[in-house]
Amino acid sequence: MLVKRVIPCLDVDGGRVVKGVRFVELVDAGDPVELAARYDQQGADEVVFLDITASHQNRDPIYDVATRTAERVFVPLTIGGGIGSVEDVHRLLRAGADKVSINSAAVADPGLIERAAGEFGSQAIVIAIDAQRSTTGWNVFVQGGRRDTGRDAIGWACRAAELGAGEILLTSMDADGTTEGYDIALTRRVTAAVDIPVIASGGAGAPDHLADAVDPDLGGADAALAASVFHFGAFSVRAAKEAMAARDLPVRMPAS
Amino acid sequence: MTKPRVTVLDHGMGNLPSVVKALEAAGADARVSTSIDDHADALCVPGQGVFGRCMSALSRAGLGEQILGWIGDARPYLGICLGMQILFDHSEEGDVVGLGALAGRVTRLTGPVRVPHIGWNTVSRGDGEVYFYFDHSFAVHPDDGGIVKGWCEHGERFAAWIEGDGLTAVQFHPEKSSRDGIALLRDWVARV
Repeated sequence: MLVKRVIPCLDVDGGRVVKGVRFVELVDAGDPVELAARYDQQGADEVVFLDITASHQNRDPIYDVATRTAERVFVPLTIGGGIGSVEDVHRLLRAGADKVSINSAAVADPGLIERAAGEFGSQAIVIAIDAQRSTTGWNVFVQGGRRDTGRDAIGWACRAAELGAGEILLTSMDADGTTEGYDIALTRRVTAAVDIPVIASGGAGAPDHLADAVDPDLGGADAALAASVFHFGAFSVRAAKEAMAARDLPVRMPAS
Repeated sequence: MTKPRVTVLDHGMGNLPSVVKALEAAGADARVSTSIDDHADALCVPGQGVFGRCMSALSRAGLGEQILGWIGDARPYLGICLGMQILFDHSEEGDVVGLGALAGRVTRLTGPVRVPHIGWNTVSRGDGEVYFYFDHSFAVHPDDGGIVKGWCEHGERFAAWIEGDGLTAVQFHPEKSSRDGIALLRDWVARV
């Protein structure tokens, strides 16, 4: 049976993890590769790196990070942040990413989804959606949540799926950073609207929040992504899976 | 003891660093190449992406015939994902003819499930179940069920792992399946 996934996400800037990390035993706590290895040991089903480097250049450190991670950590790696072209996708996949997550560029040019999926297959293309509640529903925001596109998030998720997206990474901007749980209503609306996998993101503060996100009676997502709770050691990947297992949700428990 | 030499075929698609390092972790001397080295002990064809693009890339480089020859001689072969699918007669993805080393078809996953099939799923084999990582929309259906070593289910049952004369092919990604994936590769390298 296909299991519900728990996905730690790391913000990477200039090839280094941005937020502080409490894994004291790590040789280099700022090294994304060390952290990815640590998450693999904890039983992470995938790892996501969000490249927040402001200016992109040809010799972007994220490519080196992708390669070094792929060389050492044998779980799937998704890289997002600043991806604007089919060529960017190609370079990241060649460097060692298994999937890429595209956000603003896909909103600006939806055809990019079709071209990238046509070139590399839907299974490699994740569309990230940053959504914020509006008076009528949820709007899509771009440029790191700074600009409201006025576009309906549910409608955009459906359109992205039609164009060939393989997965939706759905972040609630309202819930993000609150540690009060995912936006279950938003997650549920999107999982009901599309037939591709959905990763819920934003708001995790307790293991049960991740279970809520993937519970078919609640969020119904296929995976729950979290960043700070894992970085700061609030709880482990295993604890999130235990919360899911307690509800009889299928999970892959790490070897202890 | 010298390590078995494995050519990891670079046909322009897929995440090669992972495959090479996973094979090294499994005890092989793995080398990426755009051609098939006849002196190597084994051939690994990985691949993520689109079936038709993979077949065109192989035929452009004249690699299709060489792969068929290698398999025909029952030399050790490991196909991963597209490296498995291309062995069959035909794929529904783009309606493209495959290499035809194995009889059967590649079809899109159907049923009341989300596709692509992304994530960890159980593969059942004689001695129990193991979790491996999948990331695909199409799956193989061999005419001869006898070559199937492991089945998986996602909307429908499909062949996740096949074993033939010298041939191992898997739909999942052992190079992305953490310890159990490396264990599978170690077993394969040991048999090379």
